[in-house]
Amino acid sequence: MSDEQKPAVEMVDVQIDGEWHQFPKGTRMIEACRQAGRDVPHYCYHPKLSSPGNCRMCLVEMGMPPRPRPGEELKPDEDGHLPIQWIPRPAIACANTVAPNMGIRTDSELTRACRHGVMELLLINHPLDCPICDQAGECRLQEFSVEHGNGASRFRENKVKKPKNVAIGPRVRLDDERCIMCSRCIRFADEIADDPVLGFTDRGSHTTLAVHPGRELANNYSLNTVDICPVGALTSNDFRFQMRVWFLKETESICTSCGRGCNLTIGGREGEVHRLTPRQNDAVNSAWMCDHGRLNFHYLNSELRLTDPLIRGEAGHETATWAQALKTAAAALAGFGPNEVAVIASGRLTNEELFMARQFAAAVKSEFIDIVPRLGEADDYLAAADRNPNTLGAKLILGLENPGAGLKSIRDGIAQGRIKALVALQENLVDDAGFSAGDLGKLEFLLATYPLANPTAEAADVVLPGAGFAEKRGSMINLTGRLQRLNRAHAGPGQTREPWEILRDLIQELGGGNGIYRADDVFAAMAAEIKEFAGLKLADLPADGVALLDTGETVPLLDRERERKAKGVIVG
Amino acid sequence: MALEIPKALEKEIDERITHYPVSKRSAVLPVLHALQHHFGLISEEAVVWTAAKLELEPIKVLEVVTFYPGFRQSAPGKYHIRVCRTLACAMAGGHELMESLCAAGKIDRSGVTHHHPIAVGADGKFSIEFAECLASCGTGPVCMVNDDFHENVTDASALLARYK
Repeated sequence: MSDEQKPAVEMVDVQIDGEWHQFPKGTRMIEACRQAGRDVPHYCYHPKLSSPGNCRMCLVEMGMPPRPRPGEELKPDEDGHLPIQWIPRPAIACANTVAPNMGIRTDSELTRACRHGVMELLLINHPLDCPICDQAGECRLQEFSVEHGNGASRFRENKVKKPKNVAIGPRVRLDDERCIMCSRCIRFADEIADDPVLGFTDRGSHTTLAVHPGRELANNYSLNTVDICPVGALTSNDFRFQMRVWFLKETESICTSCGRGCNLTIGGREGEVHRLTPRQNDAVNSAWMCDHGRLNFHYLNSELRLTDPLIRGEAGHETATWAQALKTAAAALAGFGPNEVAVIASGRLTNEELFMARQFAAAVKSEFIDIVPRLGEADDYLAAADRNPNTLGAKLILGLENPGAGLKSIRDGIAQGRIKALVALQENLVDDAGFSAGDLGKLEFLLATYPLANPTAEAADVVLPGAGFAEKRGSMINLTGRLQRLNRAHAGPGQTREPWEILRDLIQELGGGNGIYRADDVFAAMAAEIKEFAGLKLADLPADGVALLDTGETVPLLDRERERKAKGVIVG
Repeated sequence: MALEIPKALEKEIDERITHYPVSKRSAVLPVLHALQHHFGLISEEAVVWTAAKLELEPIKVLEVVTFYPGFRQSAPGKYHIRVCRTLACAMAGGHELMESLCAAGKIDRSGVTHHHPIAVGADGKFSIEFAECLASCGTGPVCMVNDDFHENVTDASALLARYK
């Protein structure tokens, strides 16, 4: 073995519930059991956080080979395994690692008795207010009560009273009586968010999770504490009492609030998004997401949603059918010469939509196509300065070197009368791209697609309702060059259509059919033309995406996670 | 009320912190002891001051203060009485001793709760609280008045009469 080569990780034999398995040395017992398909219930353990071992729910029976008497030698069996002497006291599986010839029993009488006892202790002071608790349906205490608990309580004394309905921050609410003191939230605040404002006061029979008077849990990652809280102690101000979790239809998608592309799950019901929760992807966002991205969906349920195509008539905008609106738009656009039409696409469009935007620009004989850059402030965790989710897709598909650099020439072209028509795809040019009402007034024809009513739509001759991120299917490329898929949770309100559909129909009106019926067809057409996508299929993209481009971009939070994992502080 | 730390006290605290070169957080207990010795209690201001001194969030100091019954968050009287209530003393009359001490010292314990264990007499001379084992189980009931230890206490009035 050369010096550069890492030594191969030593594998150890471990017997779990009677079957022998092999695990790398250093594997936590709880992870070994999980990998062997014998999940061990737990509350405090979280692979991304340190393991204090305080909830005791993961107690298992453990055994090792007995120490031989002097002169005696242990005889291995025919498979080379030594006999196991079971230790009469249980061990926690979360903070101990496997050892050679170790035995673990996750289903023995001792293990079951431990779980039973721990459940009984945890429920002694628990208010059992499940009918009004937001966590009901995804509560570990409920689930393990069913699996490991006692049907009735033997406790006849008074339950301890603790603070309830405490606003510990602008977005998080605490019910201390529901808290089982697992300390996940404290460790998240200490270790991940670097904002150690949470702690336990009055440790003992009155242990109380608290923020110091005058302090609050206000960091941009505070709502992750609600996700990792195994019970209903921490709830989200935004989501609490909005919807029972078992009614939510869960759709795997990605966040479109910045270029990070955090993986998330959309919790929706009957055409309405109720919450977004992070979905683990160790190459993108670990198990977390920022509060800004998580809460940035309410516009989808806004009263300002455009629900029907609109055509400007004598008396202002009038509702039209798609056929009328598309025909009107196509007829108007067909009347302009080469480069008299400009297209302003968006870094919020999917690759498929950008590809259709490129085809569309060709159909209207325009070389003017650009996107609106959107810059914010990067933090040292996940949030990226580029607040467009698909800038890399726009660069790749539209061939833009410097996105946004062409906007000025489009504005100048409009001012000088060279550009006579403008198509704004999912962008609000007045508020976000520095166009004035005067600029737009000079145009002979303005077509706008957007989910919401806005000043650009107000000025447009034809307005088409375009779907928001939860209402469309497609792919985007995040800042690290990872190709990820958005899935449609539900259709947009009213007559809303996905932008790629709108563009396909416009192209059809302008020049005939193109054989595209699904977002997957667009992707296939794109893969045939753009070499980076060659060989890929939209439907085959894995839930955690694929590395497509090498951008050299790193994620500060992931760098720190790798460091902690290498030190063995976390499982990762 | 702003906390005024005398120069000598701060010097002593700074010296105590040097005993913990690896982590300043380890100095929380010694610093709190010094503050309680000087002020008689750990006020909210003292918690915040300690946190700033040790570069911690105040909650990390409050955790420690609220854990140890030895740290007081309210002011005691001139003489602070601790009555043992652990098994041996409880059987030897610890609770009766508490009652007679309260009567002799004119202390009303009706406001005592888990979070406010100390009762102070109206004149501020005596304050009282239950304590866990004071390590003299053979001579119960026992109590402490400030740092004095008293065994086989039967006459509460006579005991308190020794404190002017």
